[in-house]
Order: sequence, then C-alpha cells, then structure tokens
Amino acid sequence: MLESLESWSWALDGWIIAAGALCAAASALLGPYLVLRKMSMMGDAISHAVLPGIAIAFLVTESRASLPMFIGAAIVGLLTAIFTEWIRRFGKVDEGASMGVVFTGLFALGLVLVVQAADKVDLDPGCVLYGAIELTPLDTTTVLGYDVPRVVITLGAVALLNLTCVLLFYKELKITSFDPALATTLGISSRLMHYLLMTLVAITAVASFEAVGNILVVAMLIVPAAAAYMLTDRLSVMIFLSVIIGIASAALGHLSAIMVPAIFGFGSTITAGMMALSAGVLFVVAALCGPRHGIIIKLIQRRRFAAKCLGAPH
Amino acid sequence: MLNNHSIPARTRGADHSPESPLSIHDLTVAYDRKPVLWDVDLEVSAGKLIGIVGPNGAGKSTLIKAVLDLLPRASGHVNIFGKSYKESRARVGYVPQRESVDWDFPVSALDVVAMGRYRKIGWCRPVTRSHKNAAMEALDRVGIANLAHRQISQLSGGQQQRAFLARALVQDADLYLMDEPFAAVDAATETAIVGLLQNLRERGKTCLIVHHDLQTVREYFDEVILMNMRVVAHGPTETTFTEENLRKTYGGKLTLLGEAAEANARQSAGKH
Amino acid sequence: MPDNPRENTDRIYLFVCFDPMPLLRKIILSLMLWLLAVSGSPLSAALGHDHPTATRYESITDRSFAWPTVDEWVRVLTLRDYNTRVVLVGTTLLGIAAGILGCFTLLRKRALMGDALSHATLPGIGIAFMLAVMTGGTGKSLPILLLGAAVSGVLGLAMILLIRNLTRLKEDTALGIILSVFFGAGVAVLGVVQSMGKGHAAGLESFINGKTASMVASDAQLIACVAALVVFFCVALFKEFRLICFDAEYAKSQGWPTILLDVVMMSLVIVVTVIGLQAVGLILIIALLIVPAAAARFWTERLVVMLMIAGLLGAASSLIGASLSALLPNFPSGAMIVLTATVFFLISMFLGAERGVFIRWANRWKFEQKVRRQHLLRAVFELVEGDEIGAGTPAYPISFQDLLAMRSWSARRLSREVGRAVRDGLIIETYAADRKINFTQQGFREAALVVRQHRLWELYLITHADIAPSHVDRDADTIEHVLGPDMMAELEALLFTTGVPASPHKVETQALPGH
Repeated sequence: MLESLESWSWALDGWIIAAGALCAAASALLGPYLVLRKMSMMGDAISHAVLPGIAIAFLVTESRASLPMFIGAAIVGLLTAIFTEWIRRFGKVDEGASMGVVFTGLFALGLVLVVQAADKVDLDPGCVLYGAIELTPLDTTTVLGYDVPRVVITLGAVALLNLTCVLLFYKELKITSFDPALATTLGISSRLMHYLLMTLVAITAVASFEAVGNILVVAMLIVPAAAAYMLTDRLSVMIFLSVIIGIASAALGHLSAIMVPAIFGFGSTITAGMMALSAGVLFVVAALCGPRHGIIIKLIQRRRFAAKCLGAPH
Repeated sequence: MLNNHSIPARTRGADHSPESPLSIHDLTVAYDRKPVLWDVDLEVSAGKLIGIVGPNGAGKSTLIKAVLDLLPRASGHVNIFGKSYKESRARVGYVPQRESVDWDFPVSALDVVAMGRYRKIGWCRPVTRSHKNAAMEALDRVGIANLAHRQISQLSGGQQQRAFLARALVQDADLYLMDEPFAAVDAATETAIVGLLQNLRERGKTCLIVHHDLQTVREYFDEVILMNMRVVAHGPTETTFTEENLRKTYGGKLTLLGEAAEANARQSAGKH
Repeated sequence: MPDNPRENTDRIYLFVCFDPMPLLRKIILSLMLWLLAVSGSPLSAALGHDHPTATRYESITDRSFAWPTVDEWVRVLTLRDYNTRVVLVGTTLLGIAAGILGCFTLLRKRALMGDALSHATLPGIGIAFMLAVMTGGTGKSLPILLLGAAVSGVLGLAMILLIRNLTRLKEDTALGIILSVFFGAGVAVLGVVQSMGKGHAAGLESFINGKTASMVASDAQLIACVAALVVFFCVALFKEFRLICFDAEYAKSQGWPTILLDVVMMSLVIVVTVIGLQAVGLILIIALLIVPAAAARFWTERLVVMLMIAGLLGAASSLIGASLSALLPNFPSGAMIVLTATVFFLISMFLGAERGVFIRWANRWKFEQKVRRQHLLRAVFELVEGDEIGAGTPAYPISFQDLLAMRSWSARRLSREVGRAVRDGLIIETYAADRKINFTQQGFREAALVVRQHRLWELYLITHADIAPSHVDRDADTIEHVLGPDMMAELEALLFTTGVPASPHKVETQALPGH
C-alpha cells in the first residue's frame, strides 16, 4: 500500500491538498449556519443552480475567465434564494419543494445554455460534476516570485472573504440563525443576513467548482459542520471544529485517493470523491463517539438510567 | 431481570383491579437524561370523567403518549382493560393536541373524521359509504355536520377541535384519552364538548383528559389527577382538589393558586 | 334557504349517497393489474418496429436555430417517428408515475428525499458495474446495475433515518450528508472504473446522465412496468398514505405501522428514481417528483383530484418537452421537460383555481371593495339619519366634508369611492355650493339593509359575547342563516326597543320611502 506513495511529490500533491484544504475551510466557515438554520439542502440547490450563471457568463464573455463567472454565479445564487423565498411565501409551498422547483428549473436552463455554448467553449461534463483537482498544480501564476496554482489563489481569496464576513457579522449571524423574529424586532434584518449567507455560499460554490466540482461542495459545506455539531454546544467552537474537520477530510481524502485503491490493485481515483467520503467517515466517528451527544454515550446513559430506575428503592 | 424482592408490593400492581380501563404501574419516561415522568402508578375506574392537571412541563401529555406507546418507556408497564395497549387498541380513542397537525392539508372535515375508521376498514380497502355515514353522524354529534365538506384550514379553532373529537367518537371506544381539548376554543365549543363528555359518561365510557384551566376542574371532572412529574394526588375531585394538594403540585409557581382558591370557595358557596 | 341545519345534513347525505370513488378505484386497480400482466407485447406493438431515422436529436455542433417546418411538426406530433414515439411514451409514463407519487412525498414534507436518494444510488451502480466486469461480463447489463442502484438507495435511506432518529441532527441535514457523501463515494468508484480501462467508464457515465433521446423500446417497457407498479401502490394504499401524511402520530396510535408505510413510500421513490435515472437523468427525475405535484396543489383542495392533476401535468410536461426537443435540435430533452414543468408550475401558482396567487389577490381585492362600499353606505346613512327627517325621506343632501369627517379616509379615496357608487346608481352627486351627496332609491334601500345587518351583529356581539366568535362566520349577509329565526326575532325586538343607536322605524322596514 505504501508503495503507491512513492510517487508523492510535495510540489504536486502538496498543492492539491492545499487547494482541497482551502476549499474545505471556506465551506466549513459557512456550514454551521446552514446546518443550524435547517438550510442544508439550500447548499445543494445553489450549487446546482449556479450552472446557468456560469453558462451565461460563458456566452457573454466567450471565455472561461474567472471574474464574470463569479459575478454570474453570485447573482444566480442570490436569485435562487429569492425565488425560493417568493414561492414559499406567496405560493405557500413547502420549503423543500420550493427549493426543488427553483433549482431544477434553473439547472435545466443552465443545461440548455451550456449546450448552446458548448462549441464555443470547451466544457467537460465530468469536470462540472466532480472537478479536476488533480490538475491544480499545472495551472500556475506567479505571486511574489513563487509559482502558485491559480485555483489555490482563488480559493484562498474566497476563504479569506468568508472568514472576514463571519467575524464581522458574528453576532448578527448568530442571532438571526437562532431567532429571526427577535432579530428583526431588534433592528437586525434577518432577510439581509439570509441573502448575505446565500451569496457567500454561491461564491464558494463557484470557486470550488474547479477544485471539487459542484456536488462535492455540498459535502464540504454540510458534513464537517454536522460532525462539529455532534461534538460541541457552542457556536464558536462549532465553527472552529468544522474548519479543522474539513481540512482533515481534505488531507485524508487525497491520501486515501492514492492509497486505498492500491489495496485492491487499482490505480488512484478521483480525489474529490475520496474527500467527501473521508468527511463522511469523520462524521460517523463524531456521531458515534461525541462526548455528550454521541450515539454510544447516549446508549450507555440510557442503560444506566433504566438500571437506576429499576434498582432504586421507593 | 427484575429482582422481585427489591420492589415493594405496591408497585407490583397487586391491588389494581384487572378490568380497570387504565392501569399504570411504575411508569418512568425520560428524554435524554432528564426524567419527565417518574414512578407513576395509577388506576382509573370506569365510567368517570378524569382530569389531569399540573404545571407546564409536568409530563401530562407525556403520560398520554407513553400510554399509547408513542414514546418509549424507561420502565413500567400499562394495562388497558386488563390487556396491553396493542391488544386493546380498538377500545381506546385518542384526541391529540391541535398543533400536532398541518391544517393546510387537502382534506375535508369529513375525511379527517373518517380516519378514525381506517383501522376497522383495514389495509388497502377504500372508505365506503357506510363508513362515511358513520363519520357524518359523528360530525353531527359534535355539531358541525354542515361543515363536513369544508377544507380544514377554513375551520375555526373550536371547529377543528370538534372534528378531532368526532374522529375519536367514530371509533366508539370505551376509553378516551384527550390532550388539552379545551385549549384555545371558544366558549360555545367548550360547552358543547362538556356536554359530549357527560353524554359519554352516561353511556359508561371513561375519559382521561389533560386540562389546563384550574377554574373549571370542579365543574367538569368527577376525579382529578394532580401531576408534577409524579402523581401528587389522585381521587374524587371533592376531596382531592384541595389547596394543600395544589400547593404540593404547583409549588411556589402557582400564581393561580389564589384564583383557584377563590373558584373553590365560590363553588362550595354556590353548592350550599 | 335552509335555516335548519338538519336540512343541510339531509342534502349532504344525498350527495354522499352517490360516491364514484369505490368504482373508480376498482377500475384503476384492474387497469393497473392488466398493464402489469401484459405490458410486454402491446407496448412493443404500439411502438412499432425499428425504422432508421433521418434526424439526430442532439447535434451539438450545429448551432443554427431554424424553426421546424410544418412537416416536421406533423411528423413529431403524430408519432410517425419511431425514436420519438419511444421517447414520448417512455417519458410520459414516467411523468404520470412521478407526478402521482410526488404528491405524497410533497405532503409528507419529504420533497427533497428524491434528490438525496437519486444521488445515493451512484456508488451502488459503480460497484455493481465493477463486480460485473470483474466476473467477466461487459458490465452494462441493466438488471445488475439497477440492482446495485437499488441496494445503494435503500442503504442511503436507512442511513438518513438513522441519522434523523439517533442524533440531534434534523432531516434536512441528514439528506445533505447522505447526498454528498454517497455521491462522493460513487465518484470515487467511478474514478477506479476509469482506471480500469477505456470504454468502460463512458457507458457508465451515460447511464448516470441519462440519454433520453436514445431511449429504446426495452427502456420504455421497463418504465411502463414501474409506472404501473407505482400507480397500483398509490391507489391501493391511498388512505394509508393520506393518513400518515396528515397525522402520523395519530396513525401510530391507531396501530398503523408508520415506519413500514414510510419505507414503502420511499422505496417507491427509489424505484422511480433508479428507473428514471438511467432513462432521463438525475435532475429530470428529481424535477418530475416535485414540480407537477407542487403545481397540482394550487388547483384543488381534494387529494384525489390533486393526484390526478399531478399525473396529468407530469404527462403533459414530458409530452410537450420531449416533442419540443425532438423538433428543435440542440435542446436536450431532459432540460426541455423540466422547463415545461416549471412553466406549468408558474402558471398554476398564479392562476390556480383554489390557491393561486391571482385568485387570492382577486378575492381579497373584491372583499376590500365590498367593505369600502359598505362603509360608505353606512356613513352616508348615519349622516342622513341624524337629520330631522319626516316619514322616511332623506330629503337633505349631505355635504362631502361631513362625510369626510365620519371616518379616517382621505379625500381622494373617498371621492373615488363615491364616484364608484355613483356609477353603480346608488348615490347622486350634486355640485351646489360645496359637494353634496344624496341617495338614490336603490342606494337607500341597500344602505338600510347594510345598516340593519351591522346593528344586528353588534347587538348579537354585545348580548351573546361569550358564544359570538364561533358564529361570526363569512358574510354578514347570511346573519339569518347563521343565527336561525328565533335568534333573529329576539335581536330585532331588542333593536326595536333599545334602539342602539337611536334609529327610526325605517331601519327595519324594507319598504321604499316615497322619494
């Protein structure tokens, strides 16, 4: 198994892990809010729905330049949140269904546009789904005299943006996640915070697009945050743990992508997939062994409690 | 396995009559590590209207749900008419709290009441005319037959409560368990429900009702159970609904204690 | 007009007597059984034989957009083309099944379960493929792949339930976790497959993305079987599903195995998803499970009707979408079907008969108009009443300014309201020194009625304060119907004697005063 690591090169694999870790960190900063607001599936919806934004950016600029893509995606991400809210409020449709209607419609629109744009710009559908993080080190620009992959820079910038927003708006995000009605009466617009969060999610989704593709953004958004939620009761700790777990999943994912298939005699596999799987494994561990909310702990407590009931003298 | 010698005879239910509508032994229910019901031991006699009162969070709803097997029990067991709940299910009618349901659902009042007959109809069979007629009769008994085909969100709170009641009535059960049927209903509905309950009592049915309004306990119920995580007192209203028992149940939290005492005084003054 | 509730009941009994549902049920059930039994040969006969086709439907290189000719329209719409026929039949049947099943998942508030489960099937497909290839097959055998997908889907469902029940996480988080982690695992398996050799992965990917346009007869037959199965279960278990969607706890207390029923429902979702996945792709099947059902909700308050409309909308979206895709090159069929469904949804949301946005706005606007009219009439009447008038003739016109002072309305709104009343022939405006307003005969009559209603209600609310709220229902016009003749007589007597406020006889009589 360890022979598969012989071709390890820090110049290549290091950057891959860095890209993955930054993607995970950027997503994991926002994840706890999504989980607490019961908006986990919104992450999935937005990452599907950004497709038309990107397609329009392609059609308009006729290139794969980053900035128009981000703008297009941010706008569409925001629209997804707005349309979902409209349908839920005016149509009185269940929240999940509203999301479903909006993102499938937008995704279909995006597909149509992408097919139109396909011969102008080269788009590989596989790449759309699961990214191509392995190619990260090949596309570099020079920063301060060092060769840094473009994706790492983009993801680093987005991670920084998310960190800034989370720090700046810490208490606003906290109160609007917990009690939006109260927040509004205190003058903190819940709606504004909601849309801010959704825009950040959209931007993160697009930035991660190239690294891990559009489905796996959801993994990075939700799973580390869920794992952290099983381990702590404090929001700040939850955010911190979420980032740590995310970075760990990224590292673990890349390592296992190389090593695990070798056990069965295959070549290495897609890193993004293994990153999501690693996050899942870490979640299961946290869910089982969490010190206060873990399943094993609760089982033991219940047994002890039942025994206490039966044995206690009256 | 239980060591019989470590449990006093009382909780073995030796003195609970085998045919009583509801017989609870040593019931304990907990959420996570917090006990909500502790060591509840009760026997209910047939043909009575019994109110359950206690402060918020005292476990009244939990008691009903635990009896109906809707919540897991940490210990204890429940006998209904001498058998387990599973076997006596057809003889028990349940009226849950109104908030438990999404009232925007596309069903009419008649459909809701007919749901009480589904068990009798059985798997995969349709709801035939005879069952719909029975549902209609039940709606008539609660006084909203004219609203049978209205979608339920267009009913007022009191009418919704009556529909729920009709759903339990249509089963023609012998024991009725009701969770706060008088909560947030108008006075007319409240009067109608009380009339219905008295009618049930005359027919020998037993009703166990979670109640929130101390003012009306003496008027409505033959027996009362005072609960605060455990049974504080249980017996005929006359003798059990006393200031001392109320103090033991509500502790210092009872701001209504004074009002309840006034109500008591008024009632007993009115009686003499 | 029935003023006895008993009479109403009799009417309803009459209505209940003729109940088409059991008969309809029997017909549908028999149809389904027949379809299940014989779906093989009739379907292939209907689909006809394989003719080579002239048109290709997914030409990516051809960016020209040309409106299809009339000939092409006719050819597509009359199903003369074999490929089109297959695609239309297959997707339409899928649309019906997904639409009907989607109603239950929507009402159970599990609309996105289809999304999660469809993503969760990926690792199963990949592993099944690998196992098949490693044991010597080509790996593209449909039953094996579908089995793998189903196993994976069921595993995903089990994990969702476990997470939801055993941890403090809510259902949406559980869905998100399973969706992404299982999909990630699937992608990893896909990566391994890719490294197994060329050509293998391509077939697998097209399985995942779906190739609607290249659907073959056997695909359509499989869809037909599945659709029949789904509809059969939905009809047979109609009342059970309705019960757990409405009040799961009550169902449990009644002894219904709610978990089993939930599992059956979700298993149907898995089956539809798995079949739909390989036929039409991931996004399309999710959309078909959600959008037609959500659209149908706007048109009715009855569950049976909702199911039928959802099935219809699902079929229509597929039919129209697939036809459009066949006609216009470069528009993928899956996407066109989803877009059509979305358009139907938007139309339903705005125009839906029972719950559509426009309808609700229109109703509310009409109601507000009525309220404003009544306020105007009452205000004018009360002003007129205040004057010393003889035997019932409102002789003196009242001034606009006095009217303005009666309530908190703006001058502009008031004059608009007055103008409307003038157009309806209830009020006359004269422009003497300042604006004067007076009733017409008809206006006076209507105002008298409105004022009487209002005063009777007020009296009722005062004298019967405790039970009033439950009776204040809908329109004031129906006060006689709501309260019954005895109560009416009592109130009118009270009105007459107490005169709240002091009112001359003419309020009670509806006879026309001479003008």
